[in-house]
Order: sequence, then C-alpha cells, then structure tokens
Amino acid sequence: MSAAGRGDADGTAVLVGFARAARAAGVPAETQRTQAMLAAADALGPADPAALYWAGRLTLCAEPDDLPRYDAAFASYFGGTPAGRSGRPRAGRPRRPSVGFGADDAPTGTEPTGTLTVRVGASAAETLRHRDVAALTDTERAEVRRLIALLAPATAPRPSRRYRPAPLGELDPAGTVREMLRAGGEPLRLARRTHRVRSRRLVLLIDVSGSMAPYADALLRFAHAAVRRRPTRTEVFTVGTRLTRITRALRARDPEVALAQAGRAIPDWRGGTRLGETLRAFLDRWGQRGTARQAVVVLASDGWERGDPALLGEQLARLSRLAYRVVWVNPHAGRAGYQPLTGGMVAALPHLDAFVAGHSLAALTELVGVIGDG
Amino acid sequence: MGSAFPVPESPAALAAALARTGYLADDGLATAGYLAIRLGRPVFLEGDAGVGKTSFATALAEATGATPIRLQCYEGLSAAQALYDWDFPRQLLHLQAVRAAGRDADPTALEAELYDRRFLLARPLLAALTTSPCVLLVDEVDRADDEFEAYLLEVLADAAVTVPELGRIVAEHPPVTVLTSNRTREVHDALKRRCLYHWLDHPDTEREIAIVRSRLPGVSARLAEQVAAATARMRALDLLKPPGVAEAIDWAAALDTLGATELTSELAAATLGAVLKYREDTERVRAAAVLDPSPGTEP
Repeated sequence: MSAAGRGDADGTAVLVGFARAARAAGVPAETQRTQAMLAAADALGPADPAALYWAGRLTLCAEPDDLPRYDAAFASYFGGTPAGRSGRPRAGRPRRPSVGFGADDAPTGTEPTGTLTVRVGASAAETLRHRDVAALTDTERAEVRRLIALLAPATAPRPSRRYRPAPLGELDPAGTVREMLRAGGEPLRLARRTHRVRSRRLVLLIDVSGSMAPYADALLRFAHAAVRRRPTRTEVFTVGTRLTRITRALRARDPEVALAQAGRAIPDWRGGTRLGETLRAFLDRWGQRGTARQAVVVLASDGWERGDPALLGEQLARLSRLAYRVVWVNPHAGRAGYQPLTGGMVAALPHLDAFVAGHSLAALTELVGVIGDG
Repeated sequence: MGSAFPVPESPAALAAALARTGYLADDGLATAGYLAIRLGRPVFLEGDAGVGKTSFATALAEATGATPIRLQCYEGLSAAQALYDWDFPRQLLHLQAVRAAGRDADPTALEAELYDRRFLLARPLLAALTTSPCVLLVDEVDRADDEFEAYLLEVLADAAVTVPELGRIVAEHPPVTVLTSNRTREVHDALKRRCLYHWLDHPDTEREIAIVRSRLPGVSARLAEQVAAATARMRALDLLKPPGVAEAIDWAAALDTLGATELTSELAAATLGAVLKYREDTERVRAAAVLDPSPGTEP
C-alpha cells in the first residue's frame, strides 16, 4: 500500500466499515470489490467526499439497482451524499426487512411431521397431479413441490451463428486448410461444419399480488426449476405493483434457499396488481434492450388488473412484437366454466400465442411442453 | 514495443483533456477513466442507448494519444475472430514457394517456419495486447455469448494470450479497456468484479447544450439551447425510446443543415425523425405539444 494508505490505517478501517455497511444495504461489496475501493481511494488521494463517493460507487456497485442503495448507504455512513449525484432517481423503494414466503412458510407448528405420512403411490400421485395447488394439505404440498423441482422447463433449440465441425454440412475453409497444412499441402480430406444449436432465452414474469398468492409458491418453484436447467438462458421477474428481477436469487441450488432469497428481494409481495405499468417497466428496462427479443416469454397472472387495461393491451402488443412467443399462464383458467372476462385478460388475449392453466402439477407439466414447442 | 500509457494528473486533468477532443465527461466518468489508467482496471459502462458510452472510449484514446482498438461483440463471436487466427492461405503459399524453390528443407524447421509470427493475424484482443499505448473498446459485451465472457476475463486478467504453436504473448503495457453493455442480458459477476462499474446517465440540460455546441461549433447558441430543452422535455414524456445525446446532436445537425438558427414548430415537425424512432413516440410528442418553442420566444 502506498504512503497515503499507510499514513492512515484509520482511514482504511473507515472505508472497510463503509463497505460492510454498503453490503448490508444490498450492494455486492465483497472482499475483492472492497480491495478495489481501497486502491481507488488511494489513487484518488486525500479524502475529498466527492472522490470518496466515486471511488466507492465505481468499485462496489454492479448494476443500476445498486446505485440508490449505495447512495443511501453512503449518506447514512458519511452523513450526506455529494449533491446531485443520485444515479438513477427512483422514487423511494420500500425495502422490507424479511418477507415471509407464502402462507405455508408461516410458522404453523402444527405440521404432523412423520406421524401422518401419506404414502403417495402411483394412483395417488396421478390424482395429485390434477389437484389445484391452492387446495393441498401440507404433505401433499411437499410432494407436489418435490415433483415441481423435477420438471425441467427448457425452450426448443434453434440454430446459432456459431459453427461446429460435423461429418456432413457446408465446407469449412479454415478447417480444410488446417488439414492440408498437416498433410504438407495436399487436400486429403475436406472438413465440414454445421451451425451449432442453442436454446432460446426463457423469460418468466410471475405475478405475486394478493390474488395470486395461493399459486405464487408453485410458480416460483417452477421458475427455480427453469433457472436450474438453463442458468444463463433464463430470466425471472416478479410483477405486481413493481418489477423485481429475482434470477440471481433463484440461482441457488436448493429450492428452499432460492425461494427464501427471492422472498427477501420481492418488495410488493401480496400487494395489488398494476400489470400494465410493471410490464412497461420490464419492456423499458430489459425487454426492448434484448431480454425479450426472440425469447419465449411466460407471463403468469390472473389478469385482475387494477390499472388501465388499455395500457396492458398496449404493452402486450409491444411484447408480442419483440418476443418469439408470449404464453399466458392463468391458474384460474383451470377451473370449470372459466371465462377470460376480467379487463386485463380481455385486453391481453389478442396478443398471446398460448393461454394455459398452471394451477396443478399436470397443468405445469403441460406448460413445460408449451415452452418447449418450436 | 511502445510506451506506457500516459497517466493524467487527476480526474479533472483527464476531464479537461477529454473536453479538448469535444467529449464532456462528468465527475464520475472522469474519475472512472482516471482510475482505469491508474489502477489498470477496465471500465464497465452501462446506460441508455446514445448517452456516449462508445464515444467515451474514442475520446479517451484521442485525449491520451493512444491507439483506439475496437472489438464489436455479437452473438457467435469466436476466439478466432476476437483474438487471433493463422493466415492459412499465406501459410499454404509459403509451402508452395518452398516446394517450387526445390529447397530440401528439414520438415521440423519448415513447420516451425509456418507458425511464425508473420503468419499470425492479430484480431482486436491480440492487437490490443501488442500495441501500446492503446485503448481497447469491447463494445456491447452483452451481445456476445456467455462462453466468450470467460475468455475475455482470462485475457483481461492476465493481459496475456497463449498461442499453442507460438507460446505466451504477454502485453508489455496492458491496454486501458472500456467495456460497454446495453443490459440485454446480465453480464457475469466475475467479469464485472474485475471492472470499475459506471452507470452513464443522460446529461443535464446545461451539459447537453455544451455537448451539442462542442460537437457542432456552427450551431447557434439559441438553437443548441432549444434543442437541449426540447430533448429534455421529451425524455420526461415516458417514450419507448427516449432520445439520447446522440439523437440531440443529430437533431441539431439536421436543423443546422436546413439553415435554422432557432427551433420553430414547423422545423421541429419536419426534422422529428432525427430524434424519435418510433411512430408511437412521434404521436405522443405531438400530442404533448413539447415542440412548441418555449414561452417568451418571438413568433
């Protein structure tokens, strides 16, 4: 460390303390980034609040969502942010400490552990497959959860721009010449190549508003299964009154850990539904830039739109122009006599490529098929 | 070969040097550029389209007198296109030439000759490692496949490349690297962790006026002000594609080409295509009447 750094060990302690505070506020300030901040602060010289602010922001943050958190942490640790520096002004995001995850995660304490184990045989599993997930007992739910984790939703492959060597296919000039060099300039064998295949991006938008609460757990588990299958080709967002990206949280291997992390990240759990607005936020911040382009987009919601249905229709039209396919999952569609009459559903229907239920294990399995189609 | 990257005295000195090339950087960006040079860390720039991510790299190269090298990323970008490739046709020609000369060469020596540095085609990454001082721009890194990121990370971390036939090529002076992303997908955290992260925002109106005037010295002050103000009003309108600085400059240039010295509703309507690229946006802007010259303007 240079003179400036050695000169005040206290300064280092203060900065490390700040990194810890930032990490507590949700900024990904782990060790490597903290070291980078110390180096940056050192390079910028004697403490000047603005330089310190930038040294931390440039090294500790990783995405635009981190900036308001960083600003808040900086302000509370150093008592004020250098004026007018707020990166992305975003109206105060309500951060709740820890949000419980679904009714069943509430400490019930009444679960008959071990004593009342129902042996789920083949026929029982078959019945369970068609049961509405909103009306399951705890044991049945545990079994359904286990089975959902076994689903492996994935999109169909499509040809990529990249090539791979293949016995049949178009001529590969570079490969052929490489073979010729090996043979001293004689064209002994023609190398051929063909396009590689790769899967389309899968984007899941899950409504976590109050009316969807009985299904959100199953749908998030479904999303976790999808992320586990293709970690880099799947994106998951929750919609409700605001848009939250939970892909990172769902990358955890264990479904319970992943769901608990996601639950902490979702600020609008069991709130209202403003689908049109959140969908627009998704399209503005992610979709239009590429996340939705040529992707399979699955929107899971009951369509109880409290906002303007016309806005929802407009945004879905936008989405359908960007995406390869738009699939709407409505758990209520699984009920006998269901008619898509809610304002949101009526506005949405013309822009959908598929409309499926998703209220039971069987329906989720069907959804896997729809996602995997062409 | 080459010399070390010239280190500016302070972020402010770098900002001044950038300003001389016509690029007006704010404190954050100037600090990022300064730290990138001082600490040898890449800068990872994110922000809306048209806020000046790519032009920052060009301006940085110009301001420091370094060679700009650009790697445009796209899906399917492979190491052969980004790093190096052997010049197969020339290697074959060489073989033929040896044969024609009737030289009875030792096969081992001949093979060694074939994998000589002169048959190696340096693609942008290798070129950046062997040129100094240089600014390497890895543009739209989010468009490349995620496999490529791991590769890029390795090259950036070591500032070295291993060519199996030649050995390891180490950069004497690692390039100053600028990565840009449009956030079409999440770039891997390992890559970001190596970088200085900066979110580039739209400039405020004053800075925008200065940018337009510095890019287009011929434009009247009044027109620059009106264009910047109208662009700022459009950004507040919640459009599909809010205009960036690039669009504001295009618009001012279009108006200037038409001989305008100030913005009138007719001229604005006629040149709107330079700023707005969606029919829905054009309609929304027309409906909101933000194009009418600001109050107090002579009719």
